[in-house]
Amino acid sequence: MIKSTPPVVPYSPEDMKRRKRRALIMAIGLALLVTIFFITTLVRLGSHVADKVM
Amino acid sequence: MSLEQTEFTTDILAQDGQGTAGDYWALLKPRVMSLVVFTAIVGLLAAPGHIHPWLGFVTILCIAMGAGASGALNMWYDADIDALMTRTKTRPVPRGAILPQEALGFGLGLSALSILMLGLLVNWQSAALLAFTIFFYVVVYTIGLKRHTPQNIVIGGAAGAFPPMVAWAAVTQTVDLGSISLFLLIFMWTPPHFWALSLFREGEYAKAGIPMMPNVYGRPETRKQILIYALLCIPAVALPALTGTAGMLYAAGAGALTFAFVKQAVDVYRETEGPAPKRLFGFSIFWLFAVFALILAEKLLHIPAFAPVFG
Repeated sequence: MIKSTPPVVPYSPEDMKRRKRRALIMAIGLALLVTIFFITTLVRLGSHVADKVM
Repeated sequence: MSLEQTEFTTDILAQDGQGTAGDYWALLKPRVMSLVVFTAIVGLLAAPGHIHPWLGFVTILCIAMGAGASGALNMWYDADIDALMTRTKTRPVPRGAILPQEALGFGLGLSALSILMLGLLVNWQSAALLAFTIFFYVVVYTIGLKRHTPQNIVIGGAAGAFPPMVAWAAVTQTVDLGSISLFLLIFMWTPPHFWALSLFREGEYAKAGIPMMPNVYGRPETRKQILIYALLCIPAVALPALTGTAGMLYAAGAGALTFAFVKQAVDVYRETEGPAPKRLFGFSIFWLFAVFALILAEKLLHIPAFAPVFG
């Protein structure tokens, strides 16, 4: 028996809205992650990092 | 034809997942996460030593993410039995809002992220403990114990007791008697809490085939076990004071709370019928919150802890 490829069902406006909202939240999450890593790096390096002898 | 079309459409759309951000949030078990976060904050503040407030915040965030990841993996594995119980049938996976493979991917991804973040940004001792906690909850409890033994929540309860130890290790980079005393508080609290719940949800657990104490050994044995574990909470509640983690305010408050807790367990033991299990279940949540809140209050008010008897 030959299986036919299922036709692509377009997203409804509701689906698109849901997907966009999820993508937006993921983008915000990634931006927060970068910020957390950046601030933590500064905190761990400590104050006057520019004055330290390398 | 119309039936075929309906099935076909459902299949195609289902491959993309229909979950909203709210469904993914529900996958993290936010109510459980809130208790985990609270006990972890207490562990962080009760630990001897100092941690930069920002690193403390990152630690709590990673623990919350790890707890959420465990919840998602639990919902992935338990979707079949969740669908059978009133309390859990509206969860995102049994409801069909999120596909099992999506829950699995989300849970694994978040687990890896939380462990790596904690390790890279704070320290690897606490990250190793967090990894073990997730492993214990998902593999040991959810997959190994939950469906196979009525002792599931006794051993599995350890998973819920680790978060203050993880936070403690973020400060001290080690596990010591002080953090073990916080662990034991939650560990001893878990059986009376969940067995009280199982006494008035017995039918649901039986329907789902989960071997909880009442539907394996019967209600009288469950009531006896509840009392035994409630009595074991007495030495457990004394330990933070004996290990130099808590002081006078804690000793007075936790002593009174534990007396009330044991009294409620005695009521459950004596009353074969009635609302005693429901009362104990509600009070047990308050008890755990209040006991940890007392330790937190002592730290915030700078009330000194007792000198350690051991530790």
